[in-house]
Amino acid sequence: MTKPFKRPTDDPLWLKLLLTGLALGFIAILLLLPLVLVFKEAFAMGISACWAAITEPDSLAAVRLSLIAAAIAVPLNTVFGIAAAWSIAKFDFPGKTFLVTLIDLPFSVSPVVSGLIYVLVFGMQGWFGPTLVNHDIHILFALPGIVLATIFVTFPFVARELIPLMMDQGRDEEEAAATLGASGLGTFLRVTLPNIKWGLLYGVLLCNARALGEFGAVSVVSGHIRGVTNTMPLHIELLYNNYDYVGAFSVAALLAMLGLITLALKSLLEWRYADELAAMHRH
Amino acid sequence: MSATGLKFPLPQFLMPKSRHVLPGFSLSLGFTLFYMTTLVLVPLLALVLRPLSLGLDGFWAAISTPRVLASLRLSFGMALAAAVIDSIFGFIIAWVLVRYRFPGKGLLDAVIDLPFALPTAVAGIALSTLYAPNGWIGSLLIEHGIRIAYTPWGVLVAMTFIGIPFPVRTLQPVLSELGLEVEEAAATLGATRLQTISRVVLPMLLPALLTGAAMAFARGVGEYGSVIFIAGNIPAVSEIAPLLIVTKLEQYDYAGAAAIGVVMLSASFVMLLALNGLQSWAAKRR
Repeated sequence: MTKPFKRPTDDPLWLKLLLTGLALGFIAILLLLPLVLVFKEAFAMGISACWAAITEPDSLAAVRLSLIAAAIAVPLNTVFGIAAAWSIAKFDFPGKTFLVTLIDLPFSVSPVVSGLIYVLVFGMQGWFGPTLVNHDIHILFALPGIVLATIFVTFPFVARELIPLMMDQGRDEEEAAATLGASGLGTFLRVTLPNIKWGLLYGVLLCNARALGEFGAVSVVSGHIRGVTNTMPLHIELLYNNYDYVGAFSVAALLAMLGLITLALKSLLEWRYADELAAMHRH
Repeated sequence: MSATGLKFPLPQFLMPKSRHVLPGFSLSLGFTLFYMTTLVLVPLLALVLRPLSLGLDGFWAAISTPRVLASLRLSFGMALAAAVIDSIFGFIIAWVLVRYRFPGKGLLDAVIDLPFALPTAVAGIALSTLYAPNGWIGSLLIEHGIRIAYTPWGVLVAMTFIGIPFPVRTLQPVLSELGLEVEEAAATLGATRLQTISRVVLPMLLPALLTGAAMAFARGVGEYGSVIFIAGNIPAVSEIAPLLIVTKLEQYDYAGAAAIGVVMLSASFVMLLALNGLQSWAAKRR
């Protein structure tokens, strides 16, 4: 009996098992264990203790502040992302590549540096600090500072999803619409938007997740006033440092749920609209 | 109807310049530049200009204290080590995800992005609790005399956690585009499996692998939330550079904080340029 043909690109079984084992082990220990731990610690004293920790006034204030900051930062960054993608993908101008690189900058800047720059502009020793104090305007250690820091760390998300997608789609359809007499807004709403809607949703989803979960940048500008300027992640830090582990992990579980929902929606979008989103991942 | 369907070509002055067919150029670019200038460039300028008040000597004095140097060494060194670990395991994970079939693969693929989806503070307290001497993993290791939490190794664990999606996500598309033909050709020509992988596959994956490693490194250097809980933050031992910025700000040493900030921002710029270079190299190679 002859041996069955074995393709040279097939890894032997022992290697397959070894590599799959290594991959699964690494993911289970490094990624899944922390996630499991968050929920286990949150429910360590029962569901009612977890619920009480989340509905406690300071926690609710933190949830509210996080939602408000995201509700301001995400729409602004969405408008910016659309405007940036429209100008970059549909027109030619000098310095375009540089602009695209600059948009990515917040991704490689440390969150702490992202917060620091606003302290240097608006802080007491900063550029506008004394002027702001004289006019009793609060930016740092108040909502505006938190919103600014959130905007900075999340502003590339929508733009970087839309730019490659709209560049890939070219400008033929919009030019045809414009030639046929459609208004600018009409062209955008009826031609461009249907083409980019899933990419836009994808970008907004990631932007929102990061906005609600941002820690480092917001930590620098917030001032950590309990119940006033603490966002959800900052409230987690405060509870954890006060040895209130059930409280810390309960709020953490809430944020982790949000992360899991984001992950599920993201996977759904990637699977369902693979073709439309493919352009983004080619670049 | 396409333009080529016209019987006569339009005279030049009637041909639309592409720039003017679509509306909204000055509006969209104007808004983009205004938004970026006010929110990003001006504040960044405030950071870059701040250390000028110290002068060159003062700047050097601010960043050359043993504590600052130790924190920079820790942040950069551990981020590099984490990038290497992430590249090795990223390669294995990408290989398994692209080449093998097994149940639950789709779920595994989605789980890779967990460090992106999980807020850093959540990851931070979870890792810290896990690796603490009384934690699930920490208690097993302490029996062997190994301490992870509250030592520099905790920094490495957190940075490895935060960086793992990058190499996997850069390698996956290249690996699936690669196809089996080149490997079959190498095998036909008498190469062993090991030779095929090391001389054919790895060189072709190199740009993607380096891109992923550079992204993981850049993320690790600046990482704050997931590191500070597990690190223990002992000055000059397990204190990362971003934390030292926060500490200096709390002591109202704005110039000192800005000096470290400028060093880290310069590193970000260099990484950004390196990544751009890597990407254009990768594009040429494809």
